[in-house]
Amino acid sequence: MFPFCFEWAWDISHIVFMGGLWYALSIIGAGMTFAIVKSIFDCSAGHDDQEHGHH
Amino acid sequence: MNETPLIPAGVKRCSKWQFSLWMAAATAVLLWGVYAMFLIWYKGLNQTNMNDAYGFALWIWADLAVIAVGGGAFFSGFLTYIVGKNELKNIINFAVIIGFICYSSALLILAIDIGQPLRGWFIFWHANVHSMLTEVAFCLSCYFAVLTIEFIPLILENPKLDKKPFWHHLGHNMHGIMAIFAATGVFLSFFHQGSLGGVAGVLYGRPFAFREHIFIWPFTFFLFTWSAAACGPCFTILVTKITEMITRKKLVKDSVIHLFAKISGWMIITYIIAKTIDTLYWAFVTAPGMGFTLMDFYASPTYNIGLLFAEIVICGFIPGLILITKRGRENSFLLMTAVILAVIGVCLNRWVMVLQVMAVPVLSFNEWYTYMPSWQEVATTVLPVAYGVIVISLAHRYLPVFPQEKELNPID
Repeated sequence: MFPFCFEWAWDISHIVFMGGLWYALSIIGAGMTFAIVKSIFDCSAGHDDQEHGHH
Repeated sequence: MNETPLIPAGVKRCSKWQFSLWMAAATAVLLWGVYAMFLIWYKGLNQTNMNDAYGFALWIWADLAVIAVGGGAFFSGFLTYIVGKNELKNIINFAVIIGFICYSSALLILAIDIGQPLRGWFIFWHANVHSMLTEVAFCLSCYFAVLTIEFIPLILENPKLDKKPFWHHLGHNMHGIMAIFAATGVFLSFFHQGSLGGVAGVLYGRPFAFREHIFIWPFTFFLFTWSAAACGPCFTILVTKITEMITRKKLVKDSVIHLFAKISGWMIITYIIAKTIDTLYWAFVTAPGMGFTLMDFYASPTYNIGLLFAEIVICGFIPGLILITKRGRENSFLLMTAVILAVIGVCLNRWVMVLQVMAVPVLSFNEWYTYMPSWQEVATTVLPVAYGVIVISLAHRYLPVFPQEKELNPID
């Protein structure tokens, strides 16, 4: 649910519940975006030989 | 098909035929559950034996139980990435896989239980922001996403995938920020494990479940999170030992298991003391204040006082005491006894907090309600077990799940 939906109300329950959901989704989304974008850059920079197997 | 390039280097696996036979047996059970699942989706919830008294039944118990035993994933993530117990890195992959299986099973069971899975998204879009179950749905879904993210780098370590530069880098980069995902997982788990307990604790119309509160949270909120963190590691140890037994190989060093067992033991002991205090306060203050005595809740042949004794003493204090003592956890028979009892204990707790809550008569003219699940309910509850066996078998065969396996099982 987003603030532009007709059911939305600017009260503490909506802000805490929905805010918590978006917060968690933002961290997950930002983390994955960072990992994917960095992998694309690493690939184009040709880092595969140096880092192979370094987990 | 030649499987060799798919199998991690330096480890031995059973023959393809043996593996195929094993998988066929698990798939047969899975298909039985899938058939029952489609029957329920096609014909509706009339395929179950749920009724007006039992709106929550076998599925919700299974849901709460798999979420509790899947707690090993978030707690081992917390211990490894936040507390810094690096030794547990040797078992965390497996804990994540078990968590992934448990949480995907919980979501599948919910998809069956809601009757109309196509409307599952309503809980996000038309959220009831006054319900603890909404919080559970949010945290459960987000945490499943976190577990999937934690599982992906392990899948990318498959020798075939690891040869592709992009997948190799993606796995490496995801490993690099895993602490952030682990911390998010701990935050989400704390709230959804707690809210599942909170759902029972706020039922003021059901004196068997109702508990006193700290702010808006009933005691059951904290007890559920605590018990999941305490008994989840026991389930991880139990499944590891079963996997070792089936593969006839040592997969994790004893020092790792003993450390995990020791932490779990202290968590169980502290949890069961808190649970005992909660039970005493409820039995002597809360319930009498609502006009009930303790024995009113245990006046049925099925739900007798033995259940409470089994949950707190046999499946609580005994495994806790075994695991906190060095001699106890280092004796393989006692260790297995303790982890099995702890897992039974947490499942029993969830059974009581779901099924017994529904069974206890609330009004003086009511009788004890009875319920026997239909075969469709049983089949769909067994389904996650077969699914879990399949996922673990595939993961063990094709992925480097156990970092110590090569060292413990050198190939001549």
